[in-house]
Amino acid sequence: TDVIIESSVGYFTEGPERKDDIVKAKQEGKELTKEEKQRLRKEKKQQKKSKEKKDDKPSRDSEKEKKPASAASPAPQTPTQPPAQKAPSAAPAPVPVPASETPSAADKPAKSKAELKAERRARQEAERASKGKKGDVGPQAAPGKPKAPPSELQPVVKRLPEHVQVDNPEVLKKLAKKLERQQIPLRSDYGYKVSLFSHLHQYSRKAPLTQQLGIPSTVIHPAIVRLGLQYSQGIVAGSNARSVALLHAFKQVIRDYTTPPNEELSRDLVNRLKPYISFLNQCRPLSASMGNAIKYIKKEISNIPSQCKEEEAKRKLLNCIDCYINEKIVLAAKAIAKYSIEKISDGDVILVYGCSSLVNHILCEAFEKNRKFRVIVVDSRPRLEGREALRRLVQKGINCTYVLISAVSYILPEVSKVFLGAHALLANGYVMSRVGTSQIALVAKAFNVPVLVCCETYKFCERVQTDSFVSNELDDPDDLIVTRTGTTQLEHWQEVPSLGLLNLVYDVTPPDFVDLVITDLGMIPCTSVPVVLRVKNVDQ
Amino acid sequence: MELQAVLMAAGGGSRMTDLTYNTPKAMLPVGNKPLMWYPLNLLERMGFEEVIVITTKEVQKMMSTDPKMKLDVKMKLDVVCIQEDGDMGTADALRHIQQKIKTDILVVSCDLITDVALHEVVDLFRAHNATLAMLMSKAHEFTETVPGQKGKKKTAEQRDFVGVDQSGKRLLFMANEADLEDGLSIRKSIMRKHPRMHIKTGLVDAHLYCLKKAVVDFLADNKSISSIRGELVPYLVRKQFSKTTNCPKIKDDAEDQNQKKNDGSTNHGHSSCLSFSLDRSCWNDHRGDMSEAYHGGKLRCYVHIMDEGPCYRVNTLAAYIEANRLAPKLFEEVPVHPSAVISERCQMGSDSYIGAMCQIADKTSIKRSTIGNSTTVKEKVKVANSIIMHGVTIEEGCNIQGSVICSNAVIGRGADLKYCLVGNGQQIEPEGKDHWHEHTP
Repeated sequence: TDVIIESSVGYFTEGPERKDDIVKAKQEGKELTKEEKQRLRKEKKQQKKSKEKKDDKPSRDSEKEKKPASAASPAPQTPTQPPAQKAPSAAPAPVPVPASETPSAADKPAKSKAELKAERRARQEAERASKGKKGDVGPQAAPGKPKAPPSELQPVVKRLPEHVQVDNPEVLKKLAKKLERQQIPLRSDYGYKVSLFSHLHQYSRKAPLTQQLGIPSTVIHPAIVRLGLQYSQGIVAGSNARSVALLHAFKQVIRDYTTPPNEELSRDLVNRLKPYISFLNQCRPLSASMGNAIKYIKKEISNIPSQCKEEEAKRKLLNCIDCYINEKIVLAAKAIAKYSIEKISDGDVILVYGCSSLVNHILCEAFEKNRKFRVIVVDSRPRLEGREALRRLVQKGINCTYVLISAVSYILPEVSKVFLGAHALLANGYVMSRVGTSQIALVAKAFNVPVLVCCETYKFCERVQTDSFVSNELDDPDDLIVTRTGTTQLEHWQEVPSLGLLNLVYDVTPPDFVDLVITDLGMIPCTSVPVVLRVKNVDQ
Repeated sequence: MELQAVLMAAGGGSRMTDLTYNTPKAMLPVGNKPLMWYPLNLLERMGFEEVIVITTKEVQKMMSTDPKMKLDVKMKLDVVCIQEDGDMGTADALRHIQQKIKTDILVVSCDLITDVALHEVVDLFRAHNATLAMLMSKAHEFTETVPGQKGKKKTAEQRDFVGVDQSGKRLLFMANEADLEDGLSIRKSIMRKHPRMHIKTGLVDAHLYCLKKAVVDFLADNKSISSIRGELVPYLVRKQFSKTTNCPKIKDDAEDQNQKKNDGSTNHGHSSCLSFSLDRSCWNDHRGDMSEAYHGGKLRCYVHIMDEGPCYRVNTLAAYIEANRLAPKLFEEVPVHPSAVISERCQMGSDSYIGAMCQIADKTSIKRSTIGNSTTVKEKVKVANSIIMHGVTIEEGCNIQGSVICSNAVIGRGADLKYCLVGNGQQIEPEGKDHWHEHTP
């Protein structure tokens, strides 16, 4: 009987002759031919796969194996083949065994050392190949089974916390349960969401989270409640401001913290901070810079040795936080200003968008160093942050022009440089910033105006994003209905069924539009962001 | 702890002496509950667990015997007694309890009946790091006829002028007509900072204030201020705009103290941290001029003005009657207390509330009235639009309309009372006909 499990494409199976050849080759200790190796590899792979997913989905596995097998074997299948395929686990080492069985029946004593060596070699190669082939199986299987969700191929896929899935009721239920455990109220979404962004939260400023909290807040530290309110009302807005305010609030929490008996500060304090972070996330989704700051604090707290007394530990932590603010924000701003001033020459016309604390700082410093330049501030609704930037620059004495973003292509021929701030820099070199930034970068590119992004390294984020849909923030849609004169024609927009209001906060700019990123480590191209991240990780 | 609640229950009720003759204002029955139950209930609903109650010995005694107070109020009440005769104003009372005060406070008056969402006031206090946040409400017209007043009395009460900024939240100006001799004058500095100001009259001050701890410390040093509403609040509102030399006195004192102590007080350097973040924040509370957020001012006063919803201060007779009408509906009071004995042939309107252990006889008609505990109403009595307090005896055949009968009074047989106010323990002689708009204290 011919026991041929599979054959590679173009390989003509001829039954026992071929097998004899293989056996002969093994006996001779010769290297198996390419096709034979492939065949062996595939079989080993099948065995491995079946061993891994014995419990899980045997049918699926056999399907998967069937598919590549069938794709690879146009040759007629012998009756023994299907049963062998369907129960691959029951047929360990199908080729070598039958191969060796038949000849062994014939020349048993011929199962020499060479044969065993060859078998071992074949097995090793098959393992090595299967490790590489595993990746191939994936895409091969995928077209065969387009409906199989990725989580089943890789059984442990952690959903990243940035993957907000508001339209998935299970995820919402999990979130609600988690908040209930931490005794934090769940903030409900408001209004109709545009379908493309229905996976994001949309809150109303008129329904603050404090509505559902008791007034003298006992569960959440008052400094955190205050901070959450300031975030949700927009009083503290802007990446740096939010991070600084967060760190100050955490300092207050640490000052007021006392270790309960039988607990260790390093573990208990981290657990104490978790509900606060959930609360702040409910008030307003955390920014990338805040995320990094929280990671840093958690790491510092966990690294407190257990012998350390509480007072000293607290002092150390407060010191760490102060250092972090000083190094990553204050000194970084100074360093970035120093590099940027080299890039600003006399007679420059600089375009800025919105209100970035860093860019304002740079321009003020440059003005103090007696550079002669003028600034064009571009602004956009509904936040109209450019007005605040305009106020600060004019107060310094800088010559400013103010336009709305709709006039940017009109004003760009005059501009010599564009300075942009960033909310975060993503690992693939994309810049995440206020909505409208990518538009400015695009138009500037079209006019061949250099675009410089200023960003501190603590805002570098390991996330990868190529579009503005997957992960964004939806602001209160009622902000859009207020016009300059204060009249609201669209007051009852919710009653119009075909009307949806979208108030996006962030967008991503591809690295091709950005010419230079000025960080506290120096001036780097956009594509070097992963390098910086890697270096940072090594340092830590 | 974030906020400590302080309930001011020592007031004498000077504008309704007829009612408060024998019963202190804090224990006057409104909808068969003592008046001070309402603000305590508000605090309890909001999540407070402890309240400091400043009151007199008499009220404290009555509180301990009153069943409603004992059963319904679950918070821990820390009762501080002060002299009854006292010229002790509300600010003096705060000074008296200064030692107990460890954090920012929420001062409530005992005569406030409202269902405001307190977080609106407290959020202003928290978010803007304000020194004072208070509650005001649009005044409601009193529709009921007040007994003892013939005809509609045009109350020539002094108006309050309240100036708020464009957002309607920041308090810019507050003055009473009595203090303004020749017209309303507004400082130029205020107009320069807030060119658009809305001046409102006809607002009821709910006497609910969130004050920073530093203000209480400031009061301890300035013994001349004796009333919160009358003196402290206008002072703070004025100080918002005074020159920086005087203005941050309250805050700086607190910060200096805290820096010296270096303990875990909530205000330790908080304003400096806030300004550090606000510097980097792209937010401003106003626009059009060159100054930073809040015009760099450290002292800020905010007000939340309620547009709708009940908010009453029971400090006059008219308010008392109005409150009796509306408060039970607000709190879904059971119309008939389970222990009351009401005969079957009694016609009771849906708007009436009968207290505990009452006895209502046959052929009586009770419409739109509140009848207090342990009151006896005999046969053929008609009670309409009236408030009958505790322990009253109404003999047969009486006709009572639009009146207020205080505790332990006895209305003789066949008396006919219209819009009368009968004082405590009084006796109306039988067959007394046509009492109309009379006051019998």
